[in-house]
Amino acid sequence: MPKKIKRNYVLNLLGVLLLFFALFALFETGVLGSRSSYFMGIATTACYTIIMVTSLNLLVGILGEFSLGHAGFMSVGAYASAIVTNALADQNIPTFVLFLIALAAGGVAAGVMGVLVGIPTLKLRGDYLAIVTVAFAEIIRVAFTNFQITGGGRVMSGIAKLSNFYWVFWVTVICVTVMYLFIRSRFGRTVKAIREDYIAAEASGVNVTFYKVMTFTISAFFAGIAGAIYAHYMTAMIPTSFNFNYSAEFLTEVIIGGTGSMTGSVIGAAFLSALPEAMRTFAKYRMLGYSVVLVLIMIFRPGGIFGTWEFSLGKAVDRLTGKAKKEVPEHE
Amino acid sequence: MSEKKPVLKASHLGIQFGGLKAVDDFNMEIGESELIGLIGPNGAGKTTVFNLLTGVYQPTEGAFYLCGEKMNGKKPHQVVAAGVARTFQNIRLFKKLTVLDNVKVSMSRTMKYSMGSAIFRTGRYWAEEKETDEKALELLRIVHLEDKAGYIAENLPYGQQRRLEIARALATGMKLLLLDEPAAGMNPTETAELLEIINDIRDRFHISVLLIEHDMSLVMKICERIQVIDYGVTIAAGTPEEIANHPRVIEAYLGKDDE
Repeated sequence: MPKKIKRNYVLNLLGVLLLFFALFALFETGVLGSRSSYFMGIATTACYTIIMVTSLNLLVGILGEFSLGHAGFMSVGAYASAIVTNALADQNIPTFVLFLIALAAGGVAAGVMGVLVGIPTLKLRGDYLAIVTVAFAEIIRVAFTNFQITGGGRVMSGIAKLSNFYWVFWVTVICVTVMYLFIRSRFGRTVKAIREDYIAAEASGVNVTFYKVMTFTISAFFAGIAGAIYAHYMTAMIPTSFNFNYSAEFLTEVIIGGTGSMTGSVIGAAFLSALPEAMRTFAKYRMLGYSVVLVLIMIFRPGGIFGTWEFSLGKAVDRLTGKAKKEVPEHE
Repeated sequence: MSEKKPVLKASHLGIQFGGLKAVDDFNMEIGESELIGLIGPNGAGKTTVFNLLTGVYQPTEGAFYLCGEKMNGKKPHQVVAAGVARTFQNIRLFKKLTVLDNVKVSMSRTMKYSMGSAIFRTGRYWAEEKETDEKALELLRIVHLEDKAGYIAENLPYGQQRRLEIARALATGMKLLLLDEPAAGMNPTETAELLEIINDIRDRFHISVLLIEHDMSLVMKICERIQVIDYGVTIAAGTPEEIANHPRVIEAYLGKDDE
């Protein structure tokens, strides 16, 4: 492993730890007083939204295909994990282990669904695929409103409250890191090549369908994890909340943050999921503000706020200490 | 010697789009390290032949064999795995990726590290990525692009993009290279450099090349044999001298001499 990269790993770990302890201090020292748990809730929401948006960015930014049904995968993950933890509720399993089981169940269920949806539909491209993903999310929603096991149209409640912010924080860090490392490997490189030109990718020996289904599955898997966090944070849910608007919201966040930029997704998701709470008093005008922002971004920064730029703590430190080398043409 | 199978053998290859026979009864045999030219007027079906030989289209008649292995029904990526690589008439690069990554994409077929290795960044990951980097740089050196490795592909000038496409095709480790008008839009200096690169590639890798080209001086200079097609039908085949004086070829290009 090159020395420079080793240093960057350490730096990034330190950065994440610093953020963690800053939030820890904020919530635990009572600076926020009685509102502490309220803010912790917002932070948890931000975390699962980050996972949702980064995983969607894997499809939209890296694979270059639109999905308007990402909430469908989240829903599958949420319900699958809730069913599993409900079944295991009396087994005296330590909560942390149960939490991990919930995440795994949610991720795997959504991942399997990703394969099932992916194989027949990924021969489609562009708009057609987007329409199919909408249909898929609708099918899931309607199915879940009718299945007994998912509450049969009523609120499914009494799900164990397992999503503790500190755990969720680390799950989010791990999920985003894994996706980032996936992008920067031979797999991610191949997927980007498909985005750029699938005919040329095929002519370079890439099995396009395989890589598309793979990316779709990975994306669905992480959406399932986010769903599991959601279920065990909300403790009660109804299938209709995973509707088209929710999917569209994630897509908007990807576009605002920057398609193809993980940094953009993380910051965009964190900011936009906290925004509605911050603007509670102007709640009526929220959607108005949202659309104005979107129009402005489309006009002035069509690639999103961050484009494809990625934040690198290593480079930032270099710049601060004046050790930055002359900019070489950026890796994407 | 009789055991030796030709690198490519196409027998009675044909494809029909609705009522149109785009290519009909196409026969060709390419031996090891041979350089064959495929020429013909615009719309004659040359690129269709390429699409057939790379699995983009499935032939409706006949078959083609790569080193004796039948290729009918194979998908494009399987044909690449069997040893055919191509470039495109209108350049198709991975525009937003770096020059180095463009080449590395072609090599990922032979890279073996697993998803786990990629995510935990194991020693295997670093070793294989490094090895691939070196191999890719070696290929870039052959097409004289080694100093451009970090550039974004779309920022290269036209002639260099063409050469990058060749490097990317080489990276698949093929036995037969199909070049679709590699000199199109190039100036004489660039064409000369390209010529040098093609010869260099043949010497180094002992691969066979099938070339579509409109630049007749280039074709006449480097091809050992030339096959001419018009309206999907082979009208002549032979050495460059034979082709240059062949009445049917002259007719196809210049039209019939009405008395």
